[in-house]
Amino acid sequence: MKRFIGFVTKEFYHIFRDKRSLFILFGMPIAQILLFGFAITNEINNVDIAILDHSKDATTKEIIQKIKASKYFSIEQFIEKESDIEAVFKKGKVKAVLNFEQDFEAKLGSTHKATVQILTDATDPNTANTIANYVNAMLAKYQQERNAGIAIPFQIVAQTRMVYNPEIKSVFMFVPGVMTIILMLVSAMMTSISITREKELGTMEILLVSPLKPFQVIVGKVVPYIFLSVINAIVIIVLSIFVFKMPVEGSFFLLGLESVLFIIVALGLGILISTISATQQTAMMISLMGLMLPVILLSGFIFPISSMPLPLQVISNIIPAKWFIIIVKAIMLKGVGLQFIWKETLILIAMALFFIGLSVKKYKIRLE
Amino acid sequence: MKTIRYIIQKEFKQIFRNKGMLPIIFVLPLLQLIILSNAATFEVKNVKFGYIDNNRSSTSRALLEKFNASTYFDVLTVFESQKKADEAMLRGTIDVVLEIPNHFEKDLETRKTSAVGLTINAIDGAAAGVESVYVHQIIQSFNKNISLSTLQSLDGQTKPLSMTSIPSFWYNQTLNYKTFMVPGILVLLVTMITLFLSGMNIVREKEMGTLEQINVTPIKKSQFIIGKLFPFWLIGLGLLTVGLIISKLIFDIPIVGSLGLMYAYTSIYILVVLGIGLFISNFTDTQQQAMFIAWFFMVIFILMSGLFTPIESMPAWAQTLTEFNPIKYFVQVMRMVMLKGASFTDILPQFLKTLLYALIMNGLAVWSYKKTN
Repeated sequence: MKRFIGFVTKEFYHIFRDKRSLFILFGMPIAQILLFGFAITNEINNVDIAILDHSKDATTKEIIQKIKASKYFSIEQFIEKESDIEAVFKKGKVKAVLNFEQDFEAKLGSTHKATVQILTDATDPNTANTIANYVNAMLAKYQQERNAGIAIPFQIVAQTRMVYNPEIKSVFMFVPGVMTIILMLVSAMMTSISITREKELGTMEILLVSPLKPFQVIVGKVVPYIFLSVINAIVIIVLSIFVFKMPVEGSFFLLGLESVLFIIVALGLGILISTISATQQTAMMISLMGLMLPVILLSGFIFPISSMPLPLQVISNIIPAKWFIIIVKAIMLKGVGLQFIWKETLILIAMALFFIGLSVKKYKIRLE
Repeated sequence: MKTIRYIIQKEFKQIFRNKGMLPIIFVLPLLQLIILSNAATFEVKNVKFGYIDNNRSSTSRALLEKFNASTYFDVLTVFESQKKADEAMLRGTIDVVLEIPNHFEKDLETRKTSAVGLTINAIDGAAAGVESVYVHQIIQSFNKNISLSTLQSLDGQTKPLSMTSIPSFWYNQTLNYKTFMVPGILVLLVTMITLFLSGMNIVREKEMGTLEQINVTPIKKSQFIIGKLFPFWLIGLGLLTVGLIISKLIFDIPIVGSLGLMYAYTSIYILVVLGIGLFISNFTDTQQQAMFIAWFFMVIFILMSGLFTPIESMPAWAQTLTEFNPIKYFVQVMRMVMLKGASFTDILPQFLKTLLYALIMNGLAVWSYKKTN
């Protein structure tokens, strides 16, 4: 035990002596979470659009005014003819063109009907669709104002209540996600690299002839990173509360425990990667190339899992980040206790055991 | 020239000798392109929907039937009370609850208006917004239907005005997400591979001590760097080629624009990434540090590229930051050329910025590379 403690102390020294790595290790998560918390949003604001107004009458001017005033759109330019549409789309200057038909007002007067065409650059389907919806809603509202006084016979209205995130802040969605990728990649990358580094530099052999047992060597290498990751987790949680006003409706203690559990899963994955790679380069490529995109795309961090095709929904279950994101959102935003997230917790525990068990089995006492 | 050729030969041998790396360089990215392109969709489908019908009238049943028939909503679960529904939402088994009050039909008959309660799980704000739009659309069309008969009897004077909008989705009529995502994910993979490989390459020689050996040879700085980076440049273009073939064959992504233009742009773009990688290499002592820095910038580049979330919605300072993000330009150019058939003059701004970026990055990298430590 004394030997083991000595070894862990040595590992801590190693890490703390390398000031540059330490700076990177603590500075980057902070920079990332601040950057993303403030910058990333999947709301649609200030979309540049162009107007093609064939009618140029009082009504179309009024509608254009309303569009101008909204925070969703900014009118980039007015164009004069249909043939200009393609050019503005190709230049990528505007995302949509509103095309008011000829004699807009006159048609409203005579037939009570007039048409606006919404041409969108649908290379980005999400933005295109949202633009169409927003324009529709604005037209409907304007229509309602004009129709005031004319009773529309039946009206069912929905009173909407947005729960858990009433102001619909997208930062509530992104902070748990960013926290997850940072913990996942820092823990998995750090451990896999630090173990393969010993292998590559040849110092692993020296450790293996020491009286320490192989598993003590591994645990000794991992302990400092658990410590560092926990500090990172605390920093992220504190930032999200004080800077982004994220609520922690549930228990801090539970959030802390779950974070430690997730860190252990990631570290276990890191050890596993190190057992199958001979060089730091391989270890890093596996943990960066192999983990980064799947963690970002399949965890529900940005894209809703329920909309994915079924095989991918199945695959997403083996991404530990998915379960941690569910847990973090549930504790922070919904304020639930363990009785609501025991299933996700058990899955993470099982993953931790699996990764660590497999690495113990694969870990070779002798190097070839 | 001969010297450069030898270095290139050596680098290629080193890359191909490491059998473990080959699948990581070629198979892993392409596998991810095929699998992950299917994951990236903002489309909101299969919404878990529940309702509480306190009214149990023919009107409420007709309304619920509309939801049942809609393709957006997946499971219709009936709840006894709002409390039960709230609990299910807490558990995460449903995301949208519609509550019909018990005086629903009577209100409609007497006051011609009635309110229903709608509760939406808004943790994912964007999805919540879309769900709310779906519900409102269904209710609106229901309103229209029950009003129709009454409207017809109205005379011209009191007939309400109706403005209709006809959306038309250019370049991607079916709003297919893969058309949008496949080029973007291909960009990411090309960037990641070239950045990670080049970023750790020179620092690896530093760490192993072999860089000193090269430094005592008569190789010129520029020859060494060109020789080092050329293989990665080729790997990047190779990945792009295979990626484009996959996009066409598996995803049937239209390639409207000129392939030559895409390759011309990509050739310059990869130089930017290699310059960044080399720069990182010069400023770090260990592969570990190099990787951390490469990873840090990669995550920022990815999330601030406009690939997953729109750049226009970012605050002004963040939009300024994205000007320094090479991935942003690559994503824009790929989408413009591939999907819209943009010409050289259309992408000229992006082209020039990327070229300038490449010059600056490689200039800095060569300048900061020291033959003697």
